[in-house]
Amino acid sequence: MKQLIVIGNGMAGVACIEQILKHQPAFEITVFGDETHVNYNRILLSSVLAGEKSLDDITLNGLDWYQQNNIGLQLGVRIVDIDPEGMTVTGDDGSITPYDKLLIATGSSAFIPQIPGVNKKNVFTFRSLDDTKGLIERSRPGMKATVIGGGLLGLEAARGLQVQGCDVTVVHLMGTLMDKQLDATGGAYLKSKMERLGVRVLCGKSTRALLGNGKVEGLEFIDGETIDSELVVIAAGIRPNVDLGRKAGLEINRGIVVNDHMETSHPDIFAVGECVEHRGTIYGLVAPLYEQGKILAATITGNKGPTYEGTVLAAKLKVMGVDVFSAGDYDEHSVPDTEVVRYEDAALGIYKKLTLREGRLAGVILVGDTSDSSRYMEWLRARTDLTAMRRSLLFPEPAGAAGDPGAGVAAMADGEIVCGCLGVTKGTIISAIHEKGINTFAQLKECTRASTGCGSCAGMCQSLLKAVAPEFEEETKKVLCRCLPFSQENLREIAKTQRLKSVQDILDIYGNGIGCEICKPALSYMVDVIWCGDHEEDRSARFINDRVHANIQKDGTFSVIPRIRGGVTSAAELRKIADVADKYNVPMVKITGSQRIDLLGVKKEDLPKMWADLGMISGQGYAKGVRMVKTCVGTDFCRFGTQDSTAAGIELEARLENLFTPHKVKMATVGCPRNCAEATVKDIGMVGQEGSWQVVVGGAAGKSVRKADLLITAETTPEAIEACELFFQYYRENGNYLERTYDFVERLGMEKIRKETVYAPEPQREKLLARLRKAKALSKDAWLERDTPVSPTQFVQIQPMEAVLA
Amino acid sequence: MSWIKITEVENIPVREGRSVKIDRNEIAVFNLGDRFAAIENRCPHSGGPLCDGIVSGATVICPLHGWKVCLDTGDILRPQVSVRVEVYPVRVENGVLEVDVPERQPMEDRSGVAA
Repeated sequence: MKQLIVIGNGMAGVACIEQILKHQPAFEITVFGDETHVNYNRILLSSVLAGEKSLDDITLNGLDWYQQNNIGLQLGVRIVDIDPEGMTVTGDDGSITPYDKLLIATGSSAFIPQIPGVNKKNVFTFRSLDDTKGLIERSRPGMKATVIGGGLLGLEAARGLQVQGCDVTVVHLMGTLMDKQLDATGGAYLKSKMERLGVRVLCGKSTRALLGNGKVEGLEFIDGETIDSELVVIAAGIRPNVDLGRKAGLEINRGIVVNDHMETSHPDIFAVGECVEHRGTIYGLVAPLYEQGKILAATITGNKGPTYEGTVLAAKLKVMGVDVFSAGDYDEHSVPDTEVVRYEDAALGIYKKLTLREGRLAGVILVGDTSDSSRYMEWLRARTDLTAMRRSLLFPEPAGAAGDPGAGVAAMADGEIVCGCLGVTKGTIISAIHEKGINTFAQLKECTRASTGCGSCAGMCQSLLKAVAPEFEEETKKVLCRCLPFSQENLREIAKTQRLKSVQDILDIYGNGIGCEICKPALSYMVDVIWCGDHEEDRSARFINDRVHANIQKDGTFSVIPRIRGGVTSAAELRKIADVADKYNVPMVKITGSQRIDLLGVKKEDLPKMWADLGMISGQGYAKGVRMVKTCVGTDFCRFGTQDSTAAGIELEARLENLFTPHKVKMATVGCPRNCAEATVKDIGMVGQEGSWQVVVGGAAGKSVRKADLLITAETTPEAIEACELFFQYYRENGNYLERTYDFVERLGMEKIRKETVYAPEPQREKLLARLRKAKALSKDAWLERDTPVSPTQFVQIQPMEAVLA
Repeated sequence: MSWIKITEVENIPVREGRSVKIDRNEIAVFNLGDRFAAIENRCPHSGGPLCDGIVSGATVICPLHGWKVCLDTGDILRPQVSVRVEVYPVRVENGVLEVDVPERQPMEDRSGVAA
């Protein structure tokens, strides 16, 4: 069989091999890659830097893929020479390998401007996995970092560094951010979005030198200004790697010149990807790689015919909270008789601009709302005549469908592209679903490769699955509500990485700025748990129960449940409760199911006075927080007791009381498996047996009845309590708001929970416990607000300042 | 109709409501950040105290069963029912919130609000 050598183990080379494999087996393939990693998705490096993806997540083809397809892989070998006469390539290890056909996919390198000081330490490019690793290693919270270059890559690097905790400045030579993709107005919108995220942006700044002694310490600009910077990333563009092509004597312009069949000037040498120049254009984006790969695969396997005619350029910025899309020729001045349709809303940060020529779309810019990007892309590709749609060009979605990413999918034609990176059409996806019996998003990705590029079409793919697949299993987490189109998991990540510490900030930047009764309490809980005392408490975002620390009843009165740890009280305490009930004419005194006493029918204005008279702490009977630890009588009196459940229960309650949780947490401890306090149907339970405790979690006996799962068997009481604490804090940090433990354990699975709590390595357990201790140390009895109300009218009905005429 | 001085504006936190009793009318007053609003403090569904609800834009959600009330019109926006609550004009004079209430209007006479 003929030998095909591929130089370059990047996305273009491997994507092209995948296409070649679809034809009749024609070659024995060997790939040389100078990086030491298997093929990975380079465009997701920014997501790795931003902590959204791990290195494993961005692997495109693992080693097993090379083995299965019988492809030789030479990692860490750089090809330094090509002999087109002898038809061999020479590696930097001295090896000489013969070929029959050669494919050059050497991609491009970061362009490093000739600025004095670029060789100083802590100056990086942002191009490879190693660059990314270096950046993650060197950056640290509070560090001043500068990104030179305000293009796509520079902005993604800036966001990533910010997530790493750096104080980031973007320096851009041109007056407009992403000037290759945006006009001045779009650039200004983008700039203000980036600034709202906390990234400093300097446009029209030319760097004269990098300052510092050995290590970079700052930048000096042409205008004489200097700024401090301990880390610099150069993202000033890319240059095609053409050296090898030149050595092979190929026709080179800016890139290796290829024709419409992807042939170079030499019949046995081919080139694909960012190193090539086609019809005068060099591409630096992902979609053209795949299109070129398809054509090249046909040509090289002897099926020459299809031609590559260039790609309509489209760019999407993948920075969370900053949506930018640009495609085609958006410059109305480049060609005479270009019309412009524009929409702007500065308050919402939305800018849309379409350029039209002869009634057809020529270019588009979208900032702040890119939900219609695929529609515009299709109009561009198909050169759709838009005359009849002229009135609804900027809002092509039917009214009322806003916020539903699936709404547009139904209206799409089968030929429309869903995945722009890999060129997968709606029709391809639908027939794959029908013919291959696809039910999950993962299967769809594997089968069609849709959404394996930049991933921005995931929403549309899911909508298609939902509409077409008979047994679609939704994998994405539900979005919280219409105010914020994110899952709670995403929102936790957003609050953490974007350092958002108040409900209103999250709503302003990521939502509709308004919020509702669903998202506000959830976000309140989130910022509290994540920032733990460092957050901005906003009572207006809390449910009334959490504003007045009592449970609202059907008539608008409230109930008062003082904490009685472990259900163990005293005659004196009972007498006090009775006196308070008398004094305030409490209509009902009730023994609750939680071994506590509830005083029902209390007026809001009486609450602080009652709490003071009781002199007891809040039992959090109104809150998504620590309710009770129910106990049995344990070993002190019970004939059968094997463990001192009463003391253990009181201890457990004292350690966790006053803390808040995603939903209420009910606990119980029992001294023997007779389970008198029903520990096996509680969120957290300790079941005593001879010589040990079983710690169980995720039980319920409410709307749902569920037997708790065993977390661990602990020999001593302190160990058992620690296991409870580990689970408790893990639930606090990872539970969705209003998700009870019985749903939480089913969502995550006990195995994962054990691995992350009781079976976690000690440092991880210590950290979890330390965060619990910190939260506990900052917590306080909510009823103390009787003395220090958060507003003067927290508990009162306002009296008018002037008497009303009777 | 007459303007009644209610309280200094700072006594009502932003995006929260408070109840105030004027004559026999219980009124819920809200601070919407850039303006104030006042409505009858009684959800037409089962009498819930609207002043205790979470404010969402220019609406409030009843804390008992989640009815959504428009603070500008008194219309019930969720569920779709044709009843409504009374809305009172408000103004701020010298840092004091004032509400315009109908003079001496007994509770019994207000049974026609559903119309």
